[in-house]
Amino acid sequence: MKIIVCAKQVPDTNEVKIDPVKGTLIRDGVPSILNPDDANALEAALQLKDKDSKISVSILSMGPPQAAYMLRECLAMGADDAYLLSSRTFGGADTCATSTTLAAGIRGIGAYDIIFAGRQAIDGDTAQVGPQTAQRLGIPSVTYVQKIREIKKKSVVVERQLEDGYEVIEVEMPCLLTAVKELNTPRYMSVERIENAYKAEIKIWNENDINLKAEDCGLKASPTQVFRSFTPPPKGKGEMLSGSIGEMAAALVGKLREKHVI
Amino acid sequence: MIFSEKHDLIRKLARDFAETELTNDILDEIEATATYPTELLAKMGKAGFFGVKTPKEYGGQGSDYLSYVIILEELGRVSAVTDIWVSAPNSLGGGPLMLAGTEEQLKKYLPPIATGEKIMAFALTEPGAGSDAGGTTTTAIRDGEYWVLNGRKTFITTAPVADWAIVYAKTDLTQKGSRGISAFIVDMKLPGVSCGKAEHKMGIIGCPTSDIILEDVRVHESDILGEENRGFQNAMKTLDIGRIGVAAMSIGVAQGALDEAIKYAKERRQFGQRIADFQAISFMIADMATKLQAAKELVYRAAQLKEMNSPEAGTAASMAKYYATEICNEIAGKAVQIHGGYGYIKEYKVERIYRDCRVFTIFEGTSQVQQMVISGALLKK
Repeated sequence: MKIIVCAKQVPDTNEVKIDPVKGTLIRDGVPSILNPDDANALEAALQLKDKDSKISVSILSMGPPQAAYMLRECLAMGADDAYLLSSRTFGGADTCATSTTLAAGIRGIGAYDIIFAGRQAIDGDTAQVGPQTAQRLGIPSVTYVQKIREIKKKSVVVERQLEDGYEVIEVEMPCLLTAVKELNTPRYMSVERIENAYKAEIKIWNENDINLKAEDCGLKASPTQVFRSFTPPPKGKGEMLSGSIGEMAAALVGKLREKHVI
Repeated sequence: MIFSEKHDLIRKLARDFAETELTNDILDEIEATATYPTELLAKMGKAGFFGVKTPKEYGGQGSDYLSYVIILEELGRVSAVTDIWVSAPNSLGGGPLMLAGTEEQLKKYLPPIATGEKIMAFALTEPGAGSDAGGTTTTAIRDGEYWVLNGRKTFITTAPVADWAIVYAKTDLTQKGSRGISAFIVDMKLPGVSCGKAEHKMGIIGCPTSDIILEDVRVHESDILGEENRGFQNAMKTLDIGRIGVAAMSIGVAQGALDEAIKYAKERRQFGQRIADFQAISFMIADMATKLQAAKELVYRAAQLKEMNSPEAGTAASMAKYYATEICNEIAGKAVQIHGGYGYIKEYKVERIYRDCRVFTIFEGTSQVQQMVISGALLKK
């Protein structure tokens, strides 16, 4: 069985601060990390591999050469090999162009049974790249996977997270699954695997290596145009009510009436 | 020092582990019960912390001394006692084996130590032979295929929970001082082996230390470690690695103290301003950070020289241990001072840090012994 995991290197948004004057993100000196949901995606693949050593797990990313560091981290968690799609041509890609590139990269790796991706990246928060990639490959996808119930001979049974519960879906392989953080707890790297990760070769592919034309990649192939970006003004301070339940309920009703909510 | 990406990733592993696993609740519980959770030890074993430098063919991780230093540094930043658990198999347990073990001994003893399944103690110190290990009075007398050991070892880290101990004993009573000493791998379950009660220590609570008492303990000749009568040289080489280890703990623990001091100085307000805005406090922090950085460079250099097997490695290890442990105590003291009365209260981290690091200038060669080693190397020529 062959699993491919898609991962992205993202700025650690916990460390990102907002310039109070310009209202923009200060990215200088912000560390880059493995996107958290992608770590869950990789962990899901590795847990299947723990149970069956014949399963191989490849990790795939699109990004600048520095993203190799994140791929080494994935190898140090237990992935077997790593591929980086990297070229100036890929720059400025929106989710549409990104999924075209990733799908071409996946075809380049070869046959697969399951593709895992994170639900969404913490920098863009679109949650589109996973399903779009499945679309380009012509395979079914299930998003928001919170549990893998069973791997059957030709299908997978998963739980898909909903706001107020979950649904159980059986999906034929090959398929693409996107992971939410409830799926698992990503494992630590180990010292030995870090040593091995730095002996491993990361395959770096450009558009020619994956048979893509330059016009199908990057900014040129991206229909999304960013019109304007801004920082929403902070919400005002909340008001805490106090007193007995009856007093608080009365005060709440009064406030809601005042604002014509009821 | 500029680190390679690989060492950055090692640091990330150790930091993630420390921040996720070594929570305040867990650390408080360790302190209250004087017991270290076995689940936590198992997780550390899985991450590879117990056999960092141990070769892969003996169950280790096949990494280097710099990785070892970084791991101790990052774990020590959060918990000093965790560092004791990590350093024990890497240095005092595994060290003498790797230096002098036969192929059979390496195969038998190293893998379980490097993975954390078994614990190997290092028993050199005696009630009357501390820094002067040459004063060893424990004896081993040959009896056919066996050696019969008698004596008492003291302050032995992990002794009450150890599966084996490397015990140094006098095998040639005609030789004086450090000569005529041999090392033995002693199974702690052998008849005649017993432990004293665990000591009540000032700090690093959660890793037990006790005496080991040997009464007519019969050790098979296959368990002599290294050459007969050459055990002391082996012990001294182990202490080199041990000294780098204690130096690495010190820079980690000192970093933890500095972090707390900075945090507190920015929060605490007196006389209408943050205490960080008083020059008396801010200059103290500047001094702490500068000395800490100097210590870090000494420790990293010692690790690299040891990796290269440089003839300067021994002196470098002593310099690193001497300086890093002394400034760690100084920084911990200043961190308590900056906290004022709160620094004396157990709810604040610096109280534990201050007690934990006190032993650093004492064990694995006191500061004064390091001064002897350093000056000896300079003046002998």
